[in-house]
Amino acid sequence: MEAASLPAALELVAGGGAGLSPEKRAVLGASLLLLQRDYRFERVWFWGCIQGVRGAYYIAEGLGPDRAAPRSRLYSLNCVEWSLLPPATEDIVAQAEQLKGRFQGDPSFEYEYTEINTEDAERLFEDGKELMIKEETRLVATIEQIDRAVGIIPRGAFVKTPLGSVHENRNFEGLSLTEAKKLSSYFHFTEPVNLKNKTLLEKALLDPSTDFLDSLEHDIPQGSWTVQLEKGGTVVVLRSLLWLGLTFYHVPTTKQYGYVYFGTGEKNLDLPFML
Amino acid sequence: MAEPPEEPPPQAVPREGQEEPGLREHLWPGRSPDQPEPYTSHQPQQSEPGPVSYEYQGVRQGADQPQGLRKSIYQPRAPDQDPYQAQDQRETVGQTHAPGQAPYQSQTPVQHLYHPWGAEQASYKLQVPEINISQSYTLGQDSHQEARQSMYQSYALGLDPYQAEEPKSAYQTYAVGRDHYQAYGRGHGPYQPHEPGYGLYQPGYSPYDDQIPDPNFRMLAIQNAKAYLLQSSTTSGLNLYDHLANMLTKILDEQPTNVVDIIENISKDVKWAQFRKKMDTLRDEHEILPKFEAAEKRKALFLKANGEGDEELEEEIGEMPLPNVMETAFYFEQAGIGLSKDESYHIFLALKKLISVQPIQTCRFWGKILGLEMNYIIAEVQYHEGEEEEETEEDEVIEEGGKGVGEDEDEDEEKEDEPPKSTYKPPPVVPKEENGTGANKFVYFVCNEPGKPWVKLPSVTPAQIVCARKIKKFFTGRLDAPVVSFPPFPGNEANYLRAQIARISAGTQISPIGFYQFAEEEGEEEEEGGGGRETYEENPDFQPLSVAELVDSLSTWVHHRQSILKQGRCVWLNPFQKSEEEEEEENEEDEKAEEPDEQQQEIGPPLLTPVSEDEGIQNIPAWTAQPSTNLIPQYAVAILRSNRWPGAYAFASGKKFDNIYFGWGHKYSPENHAPALPPPVQAEYPRGPEITETRDPTLEEELAFKAAKEEALAAAEEEEDEEDVEDDEEEDDD
Repeated sequence: MEAASLPAALELVAGGGAGLSPEKRAVLGASLLLLQRDYRFERVWFWGCIQGVRGAYYIAEGLGPDRAAPRSRLYSLNCVEWSLLPPATEDIVAQAEQLKGRFQGDPSFEYEYTEINTEDAERLFEDGKELMIKEETRLVATIEQIDRAVGIIPRGAFVKTPLGSVHENRNFEGLSLTEAKKLSSYFHFTEPVNLKNKTLLEKALLDPSTDFLDSLEHDIPQGSWTVQLEKGGTVVVLRSLLWLGLTFYHVPTTKQYGYVYFGTGEKNLDLPFML
Repeated sequence: MAEPPEEPPPQAVPREGQEEPGLREHLWPGRSPDQPEPYTSHQPQQSEPGPVSYEYQGVRQGADQPQGLRKSIYQPRAPDQDPYQAQDQRETVGQTHAPGQAPYQSQTPVQHLYHPWGAEQASYKLQVPEINISQSYTLGQDSHQEARQSMYQSYALGLDPYQAEEPKSAYQTYAVGRDHYQAYGRGHGPYQPHEPGYGLYQPGYSPYDDQIPDPNFRMLAIQNAKAYLLQSSTTSGLNLYDHLANMLTKILDEQPTNVVDIIENISKDVKWAQFRKKMDTLRDEHEILPKFEAAEKRKALFLKANGEGDEELEEEIGEMPLPNVMETAFYFEQAGIGLSKDESYHIFLALKKLISVQPIQTCRFWGKILGLEMNYIIAEVQYHEGEEEEETEEDEVIEEGGKGVGEDEDEDEEKEDEPPKSTYKPPPVVPKEENGTGANKFVYFVCNEPGKPWVKLPSVTPAQIVCARKIKKFFTGRLDAPVVSFPPFPGNEANYLRAQIARISAGTQISPIGFYQFAEEEGEEEEEGGGGRETYEENPDFQPLSVAELVDSLSTWVHHRQSILKQGRCVWLNPFQKSEEEEEEENEEDEKAEEPDEQQQEIGPPLLTPVSEDEGIQNIPAWTAQPSTNLIPQYAVAILRSNRWPGAYAFASGKKFDNIYFGWGHKYSPENHAPALPPPVQAEYPRGPEITETRDPTLEEELAFKAAKEEALAAAEEEEDEEDVEDDEEEDDD
């Protein structure tokens, strides 16, 4: 969610019981601004918080002129000092997917591969890599996974210009209430995957400037989102069941929207059994 | 600006540009050609010293007057005279002026007239920059200019073809000049180099410069272009000409920054606005949004109950069971846990309403469980002792009813046909705990949203708790929803919810050590219950622990709920013995009960066991303790987060402590959930050699068998031969 509208936005997503303490809210109000200045970001998003056993990681994202470009990610343990995370590569994500269990809250903590077959071990050994993964690396991968799987925006909030870059749509006035209740009105804010596989007939109805992303309605498994009207029907809240803790809010017919993650950083692999 | 009333509205303002061209056509022919007004109108904007401009005006007026004369001058021109020549001629004239005045070319008719008056030329020169402006305006202009041109064209059409040329151009300049003054009057000066229109009027820029500017062709091209633009769309009925005019109006009215970037959106908006108006007389049905209903419900929370008198209120205040939800919320907020303030307050009011309706002794906001469609807000209450019994009876009635239904079904089946009676005896049902004890110590009320009615959850049975441990399902938010799971859950979602609440409470309700103590007379209870003493009371001499102590060591926290045994009860009970005691008709069961009676008595940790003895999950400790802030340790609050039940929290500060739960109602499991496998298929019949089909012998076996048989036969025959002989003899004897 936008750092500028953080206090109001946190109130709107508080229905899940998670939020920030007054101390953290206050410090974020200052430190995110400084972050924007020091790293020359055009926008700073407060991404959320991953709760470890011994501490929590607070995460912010910085956006450049092209909003869809890979975002810079920063983490902090106390919301005052921020450190830049390296970009996530496919290798890192694949490695971190093998890890289970809670985060520890210590970026230098090293995980051992729990289940590793001998071939992989040999290969890794030959490469000179260690069989350890630092928690910081896992953090990078987890944020990337979450952003890719469940980072969402309402339809029309961003437009693709003819030059290919993506900007906020200054004419976005929010979804109507009926639209806001449908999953098809929300898009994954990442590189589209399913869009290319659509048939010509389906593509014909799409507006290339707004419908350049994948919508949520075909997410697997079916029903991995809950859509609820909260606060007496004034705000639409989407919660991901795949990544428990991710909450998206949108106030219909206004420009207020955003998502935030307050969770343990673990994927809910039991989802098919739980629906 | 002094405008004559019959004067057409200023052209420079696009709003008026929408006006029907026909109107102007009507106005123009009727207008006297020597009308001086348009020129006088520019007078106040003159930047030149007064006298000069006056002089000039005089000239202009004079020049304008003999328009008929001008016509006469031009008329004698040979009909076949190439207009191009005329232009050349004009250019030579124009060259006398300062360079950069190429735009003058089109104004030459007027210039021709000026030319003879040498005296005025000086004053005219002074005007040069201004005329230049007029020109720039003309060329930099948009469709309005074209419109006008075609207008004049149409006007000219009625005239003699040869005459038509000159007056037209004269009019054109006239119009141009007039336009310019008005535009100038509106505040637009010459285009500056940084402005978008700059340079358009430079020679060589216009597409027509290098072509032969045949006015006929130009007019025709313009006409065609306009006709094309005016074509209405077959689908929307709009035409581009009007649309562009509307867009430009909007842009100039609103003057947004960086117009060129948002021109598409403006176009869209203009089109939208077209369809906004609803022309039929039917009225839209007023939309009733769900938020209004919700607001109505919440409003009801804030209304004071009318029935209560003031006296009663005063009495109640003495021992009000209402918890201070806001205070608790404040402490949890210090750690970033909790609902928004509005929602907390609504829950506060909803609890007050609950207390006013039900005979409640203690009440607590237990927490919130999230669901797929709706969420549950849960209140934990204890009834007054007298009322409790009534409730109990009701429950039993319901349960008996439930049993009755089950029996009926069995009977029906039996009537249809009588299958062989099963010898299977289900294991005796573990009886549920009495209300007010064990897992049913508290009664729980739930509602989906504050303001909606509170629903009482049924008390939990051991079977439900046992089954709830094996399944992992999301709550839907509807209490009557079935729980589709394996193993099948005995009951619907209300029962599942109650079972999960019991499990969460047993695992996560903790308090600082010393806050509760056991009651004095305890000897008897210890004998009875295996799980230890069941009751405790508040310690009046409780010395609050410091936050540092509470955070550093988990042994400063104790469970104040009995843990639930594997059996699904807090107090272990031998189901088989019970059945003995209960006598009843089933004597056979007693015999069987003795067999598995080896069952060991389950013993859970006793009440008020320190939290530090909780088992972690793999390497993860059961609890994480943190102060709410490190910056101001004096006023920090000790916060415990459960890692076994993510979403369960406890705080303690001084003498105050509370537990709360916000989450999905599931226990943490690092391993993936694996639903229990179905039991192996039951054998249909006893297997044995008598029933089992034997395997067919293979060929070799058969051959071997045959060979063996033959050998045996051969051996036997040899013996038999002798016997046979004897036999034969015997037979023969017979």
